[in-house]
Order: sequence, then structure tokens, then C-alpha cells
Amino acid sequence: MGMEGIGARVKRKEDQRFITGKGRYTDDFRMPGMHHAAFVRSPHAHARVRSIDKSKAEAMPGVIAVLDGRQLTGDGIGNLICGWMIHSRDGSPMKMGAWSAIATERVRYVGDAAAVVIADSQARARAAAEAVVIDYEVLAAVVDPVAAMQAGAPQLHTEAPNNLIYDWEIGDAKAVDAALASAAHVTEIEIHNNRLVPNAMEPRAALASYDAAEDHFTLYTTSQNPHVARLVLSAFYQVAPEHKLRVIAPDVGGGFGSKIYIYPEEIVCLWASKRTGVPVKWTAERSESFLADAHGRDHVTRARIGFDANHRITGFKVDTVANLGGYMSLFSSCVPTYLYATLLSGQYDIANIHCNVKAVYTNTAPVDAYRGAGRPEATFVVERIMETAARELGLDPAELRRKNFIRSFPHQTPVIMAYDAGDYDATLEAALKAADYAGFAARRAEAEKRGRKRGIGLSCYIEACGIAPSAAVGSLGAGVGLWESAEVRVNPVGTIEILTGSHSHGQGHETTFAQLIAERFGLPVANVSVLHGDTDKVQFGMGTYGSRSGAVGMSAIHKALDKVEAKAKKIAAHLMEADEGDIVIENGEVKVAGTDKKLGWHEVCLAAYTAHNLPAGMEPGLKETAFYDPANFTFPAGAYVCEVEVDPDTGTTQIVQFVAADDFGVIINPMIVEGQVHGGIAQGIGQALLENAVYNADGQLVTASYMDYAMPRADDLPSFKLSTHVTVCPNNPLGMKGCGEAGAIGSPPALINAITNAIGNNNLAMPASPSRVWAAMHA
Amino acid sequence: MYEVNYHRATSVEEAAALFAKAGDAKFVAGGQTLIPTMKQHLAAPSDLVDLRHITALKGITVSGGQVTIGAGTTHAEVAGSAQLRSACAAICDLAGHIGDPAVRHMGTLGGSIANNDPAADYPAAMVALNAAIRTNKRTLAAEDFFTGLFETALEADEIIVSVSFQAPAKCAYAKFPNPASRYAMAGVFVARGTDGSVRVGVTGAGSSGVFRHSGMERALAANWSTGALDNVSVDENMMLSDIHGDAAYRANLVKVMAKRAVAAAG
Repeated sequence: MGMEGIGARVKRKEDQRFITGKGRYTDDFRMPGMHHAAFVRSPHAHARVRSIDKSKAEAMPGVIAVLDGRQLTGDGIGNLICGWMIHSRDGSPMKMGAWSAIATERVRYVGDAAAVVIADSQARARAAAEAVVIDYEVLAAVVDPVAAMQAGAPQLHTEAPNNLIYDWEIGDAKAVDAALASAAHVTEIEIHNNRLVPNAMEPRAALASYDAAEDHFTLYTTSQNPHVARLVLSAFYQVAPEHKLRVIAPDVGGGFGSKIYIYPEEIVCLWASKRTGVPVKWTAERSESFLADAHGRDHVTRARIGFDANHRITGFKVDTVANLGGYMSLFSSCVPTYLYATLLSGQYDIANIHCNVKAVYTNTAPVDAYRGAGRPEATFVVERIMETAARELGLDPAELRRKNFIRSFPHQTPVIMAYDAGDYDATLEAALKAADYAGFAARRAEAEKRGRKRGIGLSCYIEACGIAPSAAVGSLGAGVGLWESAEVRVNPVGTIEILTGSHSHGQGHETTFAQLIAERFGLPVANVSVLHGDTDKVQFGMGTYGSRSGAVGMSAIHKALDKVEAKAKKIAAHLMEADEGDIVIENGEVKVAGTDKKLGWHEVCLAAYTAHNLPAGMEPGLKETAFYDPANFTFPAGAYVCEVEVDPDTGTTQIVQFVAADDFGVIINPMIVEGQVHGGIAQGIGQALLENAVYNADGQLVTASYMDYAMPRADDLPSFKLSTHVTVCPNNPLGMKGCGEAGAIGSPPALINAITNAIGNNNLAMPASPSRVWAAMHA
Repeated sequence: MYEVNYHRATSVEEAAALFAKAGDAKFVAGGQTLIPTMKQHLAAPSDLVDLRHITALKGITVSGGQVTIGAGTTHAEVAGSAQLRSACAAICDLAGHIGDPAVRHMGTLGGSIANNDPAADYPAAMVALNAAIRTNKRTLAAEDFFTGLFETALEADEIIVSVSFQAPAKCAYAKFPNPASRYAMAGVFVARGTDGSVRVGVTGAGSSGVFRHSGMERALAANWSTGALDNVSVDENMMLSDIHGDAAYRANLVKVMAKRAVAAAG
């Protein structure tokens, strides 16, 4: 490794523009003649649209169009899709209702788009949107997913009787029932994994323009995966064929999953730009983000786990109801199934697992992947029930986990996943040591003297990242392959452009991807540009989510670099009349091993482009493309230990210590990885302690602003004690596993385990707000 | 935000005249509530009369225990006043924990009490300190000034000029912040006058806004100690209830905050 190679703490190249206000986000782009879209959103959770009176709005200054859903479908714009087919246990395909980008006859959640106004300023568009008069016939609404399945509940989509989208299962139910029936001890829990609003710092935005001369569209949008957006907009929404649509996702200020999906607003801006003949921009207000970004989580789960007399797990049964909201968002179907139930084995050797998931429509915002996507929900079930079981059995929670750890790899779980590498003892021991687990009793006693209730909680998480082998996900119902592509363009002067199908929206790809060049050729990262987020520049890509851009995206770059290196060596060997096998590239020089013969890297690159003297038959140039399809998921894992003090007078929880010991495989930039873990833990603590999307019985979002939706602030968080422990991932060339979601996955159960340990009541829902903790202490 | 006509006044008289001339005008001071409300289209005045540039509304004077704070004084100025801290540190601490630095450098005392948000901090202090609220028309006792949730005795064209109070012998404010907004879920200001009288102002918790707790006042007047509050009950029926805490929890918070305030006051 050089100064900037693999393992170096290179400062983030992109931060210069971000922290000096020079980032360029979708809303920063302006076009001649640009107009603004404002959506008329349903104030009702469930209603029939009787009529729309646009006359007053159309007469307002600056307004050029007021458009509705019938016009949209009349122009042939297709309904939104869900990209992953799930089959119920009876073999029937999931029952998906239609979702038009603008409602045609019925609205199904507060915030559902019912019309759109295009005007020459944002303020005028918004004022006119308020003047659109929609006559609604208000219908009964249901927001609770369990209630939604009951007889007599309001019905959202005729396609889905009893609001049931699918009734899916995995595992051997009979074997699990038998194991539980004969278990020496069975522990049971019921939990609600609370609904979250993603709250990316940059709200969603879209700027669409139509060029009539070329019959071509350009869309700037806040996307984590612009090529997938283009594909879906073309193939399913009939906006334009792919070669007539350029999608650009410029700087994007945070995604956390919420910017994977292709939302109604992007579709409408594209459609409206052609229909009105002017570029159309929409930027969400924060209130719209709360209402209309895809939310995360929202599971109701009952779980039972059985142990033999030696405290070894014999069977694990999980029944989950997943609230998918009013419509099925793009990847909503796979989150509570293949991204959730497949991780229910945790770090444990469990012979029998069965999980049933019922996915349900309710009159709430659509729910889709949010940082961790299914894996936080699985980890919360597994780690809450392990801690609960340890308490019931009178065992040290760490010891119960050790008794059940998987220790030989590869390990095939009964729920599809084949873990390739890991050392769960190592991360648990490291975490316990860093947390001074042994000294906890003394700290608790000391806190008691101060009138504080002190508690400690563990979480040993596993997740599946690097999604995923295309053939594998295809066999499970995915509508896309999940490989990644890269192009490495070496310029004649030796500088390098990496074009990647990954998309950076906070992850620091412009730095870490460049570090691969520093590692390979000894060139400074300053000589490398990383280009992403533009379908006209990058050949194709599946985008960034599921902590995949290291394990998959960088592996594609690695493959392309193999080709570049091989060709450069051939050229150098030819120029220096040496054997190709003797050529080494290091510190920006191309040398013949064992001699003093060498060329500068730039000399070899220039030779490739002048083509005056290349090996016979070699094509000029030095530019290579690679597509990489992973052989397996990767399996980051780790152990988190959280220690809290609760104020018994108010129920306030103070996190006094948070330890994370993670195994992310090989790490490219430890500083960036620490940042990812910090952010992930902050989000996990946010879920466990603060955040909650609450709808009232009428379907109004009660927590529709920061006045009521509690985002974590710096003073809610302790300093984190982090460490990493490497087992190399055998399934990709760099040995990487991924780190983007771990913190959000592993931390909530550690925190809830700690608080319930402190207060002596295991019955505590997330978020553990002061009032809930206080009530639990007085229950 | 809808379009609005903006007027900058340089005196209280000019502000009142501008207000009288305009159609549906509002006074704006720090704008920390009004401007976001206008952005959300929940308020749509035709005209704004800006009070921030009126020198006569600014400043803090302390003379012989008599404290006067101009209505246009920002929370940051109140928090940072050494003179005020020596007379009544509790009000400096209260102001120093309102919102965030941006809010504290824009928001004003007059704006806060004129808005009378049931979860705002200043009303508890005004009531507990028995402050006199002087306007361009009259002077009102704090208890007569605050009339209900977001309601005051102010007439539409009335401008708060200053608040005055006699610095108490002891006082403190204890606040339990809402986890989301960090407004008070329960804020209790206790003040013990030089004559031994006690006033307790409670904000954030009451379903009718700020109130005095006479039971606590009697107990503390008889025995200025946290223990004196042990047997005082807080009526749950008077408490707000929402997703952040039900009435029982808020009643508990009022008592806990009162004890913490008494302990802090010494």
C-alpha cells in the first residue's frame, strides 16, 4: 500500500466542495424557460375523487397548466411498478393494486398526489395548487396493519382482498413446531419495529426537460441509481425509450434507501415537460418529504425460540405483519421477505427456522427499504429474543450467545443464506473488553448511589450486503440483476477517470475508489477522477444501496484495472524489450524487475495513445470496461455493547457508553468507515430512542414535522468506541464486506436491551421515549 | 410564503401608525414563529411591520433590584447579560436554553410572550416573577396578560415595550424538553421574593397554557425545600396529553421539575 492506497486514511476529496457550499444538487440546476411544479396532495387518508375544479387555479398569474391523473394515464403513462415478485405460500403471485403517478379516482394516503400545477415560479405554483378544488368523498381509513386484515376493514385495492398483498413463508414449519414442542425452554416476544421517516438532508427533487428537436428528455433527479431510474421510466412508465432519456443524479445529499425508488414526482415532471413544452422543476418541501418519501420498517412481530437443556437453540418461529402503506413501492416486497427472514439465523447455529410474513396495505405512506432494509428488523427480533431468553434462563447474555455461535464456515442456514466467513467470538470478546463488561456490576452500584438506574445490553448482528448474485436474486423474484460495472479510462498523460455505476450520496466514493488506483499503480488520488450518476457518461450501473458499492462496485473497478494493468504491462514490455512477466508497476513507474530499466507511467500511457510503437496487433488506447457479478452476498457482522443510565424521575435515558466491534472484511479507508459506522449508529439510536412516524386513526401523520418527529441530535449521542476485526471475504477480489448499514442494524437492540436491563421491565417499545420508559418503570 | 408588504419601523409610534394604515397587518419581531407559519401558508398577513429596528425596545436595565428588559431584546442578549445575571441568573439560564443559537439571536422576549405558545419558557418566568408588562397603551400584570393557549390580553395594534420585575431573593427554572421540538414539556419557574412570598409558574404542561401552582406556592412559602413538595399533588386533569407524554406523565414532570428548580435556587 502507498500513502493513499488500501487502508490509508485519505481525506475525502469531495468534502472541499461540500463544506464550501459548492456542491451541485438537483435544485441548483436552472434551465431557460424553466417552470415549477406544485402538487395538490390529498388531505385525506382515503377518499374517492368525485371531481376536480381547476378553473380558479388555471386563471391565476403565471400558471401554464393544471394537470390530473386522467390526463396522465390518457397520455399513456404507465402505473408504478414493484420490482420484486413475491409468491404467497399457496403459490399465488402477490396481489398488487394499481398506483398511478397522479391519482385517477381514489387517494389512499395523506399526501397522495391528486393533481399538479405548473407555473412560472415556485410560489405561484404553490398558491395555485391551493386553489385547485377537489371534491372528495371521504372513505373510512385503516392505518394499523393487523386491523387492516380483519373482516370489515376498509379495503384499499380491489386486487388485494382483506388488504393482504402476500402471505409468504420460508423454512420448515413442522420441524420448527416439533422443535418448540420438545424444547426445554421457550421464550416468546412480541415487538413492533417502529415506522421511520428517512429524512435525508437534501429533499427529493426533479428537473425535467424535453427537447422537441431530438425528441429527447433529460432528467436531473435525486437518485441513488440513475440507470435503474432510466430503465424503469422507459420500460414501464412509457415516458421515453432509454436512448431518448438521459438521467443525471448529480450531488445527492443523503439517501438511506429513500432515493432508490422512482417516485410519482419524477414521472410527472418528465411528462409535464413534454406536455407544456418547458422544463419543469419540483423540489420537495420538508413537509412533503415527511408525507411522500417512502417510509421505513413498520413490522409487527411475534417470535418464539426454543432451547434444549444445554441452552442450544433448537427452533425459531417468527410471524410478522409488514405494513407496506397505501401502494407497493419499487422494492417494498423484498424488504420484509428476502432481506429480512433470510437473516433470522443471526450469528447462531439454528437447525430449524420458520418465518411467515403477511404484507398488508394501509392508508399510510408507502414503506420501502431504509438503511438496513429488513436486516435491522431481523436483528431486532433475534437480539431482543436472545437477550430475553438469557434473562429468563438466568444466564449471562454473552454466554448464551457464545453457546450458539456459528464457528465453522461456510455455514448454510435454513433460510437460504450461506455465510462465507466470520469470527463472532472475536468481535464479541473485543466489544466486551472495550466495554469493561466485567466491571459493569460495580458501575451499576455506583450509579444506584446517585439515584440512577444503570443497564447494559448486547447485540450480535449479522447482515447480508454486496447484493447480490444476479442469478440468485433472479430466482427469488428480482426484476433486475445486481451486478455492477466500471470503466477505467487512462488518459494519454496518465491521469485516470473511473466511471462507475455506483452512486455516491455521502459515502465518499470519489476518494475510496481513487484509492484503488493509488494501491495498484502508486499514483496520487489527485490524479484520479471518479465519474458517476449520469447515464450519458457511465455505460450502465445498478446504483448504491445495501452496502454494495465496495464489495460489488469496487470489485468491478478492480476487474477493469486488471485489464488496464495487463495491457500497460504488454506495452511496457514491448517498449523496454523485456518479458511481460517481469514488468512491475509501482510508485507511478513501470519497471523491469531486477534491472534499472523503467518508464514513467505517463510514458506508457502516451505510448498507448500515440500508437507509434505498440505490440503487433494491439489496439491503441488504454481504456477498459468490466462488469462484475458477485458470487455470493457478503456477511458483515459484529458485536455492539450499549450502557445507559436512566433517570427514574423522568424516564430519560442517557447513553453513557456505546461500543462497536465490527467485521467489515478488508477496509479501504478507515476514516470513512468510521464515519459510516458513526452515522449508522446515530440512525439506530434515533430509531430506538427518538424517531417514530405516528399516524392517528384517521390516517393523519401526527409527526409531520420536526416539532413532533424527534431526530437524533449530537447531544443525544455519546462518543462511540469503535474497533474493526477483519475476516477476509472470500467471494470478492478485494475481500470486502460492506459497512454502510451495520450501525443502523446492530444498535437498536443493544440500546433497548440496555434500557430494559436498567429498569427491570422487558416490555418496552421503540422509541424508548422518556414517557414510555417512565411508564414501564411504573407498570 | 405569499407575497407580503414589509415595513420597517424606527419608533413605537411609527410602528403603530404603519399598522393602522395597513390592511391585515402583523407585527414581527424575531419572526421565529410567525415567519415559519407564513412559509407554511398558515398565516397570510397583507403587511408586516418590523419592530426589530426600534432602539427604544432594546436593552436591559437593573437598578436597585428592579429589572427592566426591552421587548426587542433577543434571547441571546438576555442569556449573555452580566448585569442581569447578577440580579436574576435564572432568567439568563432560561433564555440560554431556548431553541438553538440561530433562534436565540433572532427571537425576542416580547415576541415570545406576545405569541404565548403554551410550551414557551418565558411565560412561566413572567408569571413567577410577577412581571409588569408595559405596552404602548398600558401596563398589565403577567397573570392578566396571558389569557389562554396562544392568547394574550394584547389588542391587535398593541405593542409590548418592556417587562419589569423586582429581582427575587431566590429563583430558578427547570425545564424538561420535548424530545423532538425541545420546547418545554414541563417548565417550572420558582421565585421566592425578598418578603418570603413564593410564586410558581408552570409552562408546557397545562392544557390551558401557563399557570401558577398555588399548592406548591403555599408549601414552599411555609418551607422552602424540595421536601415540601412531596405531598403536593398536581392535577392530571389540568395537563396536556399527546404522543410525547400523557397527562399522568406531565403531572409527574411538573413536580419533578419544581423540585429541581427549588434545589437549583438554593
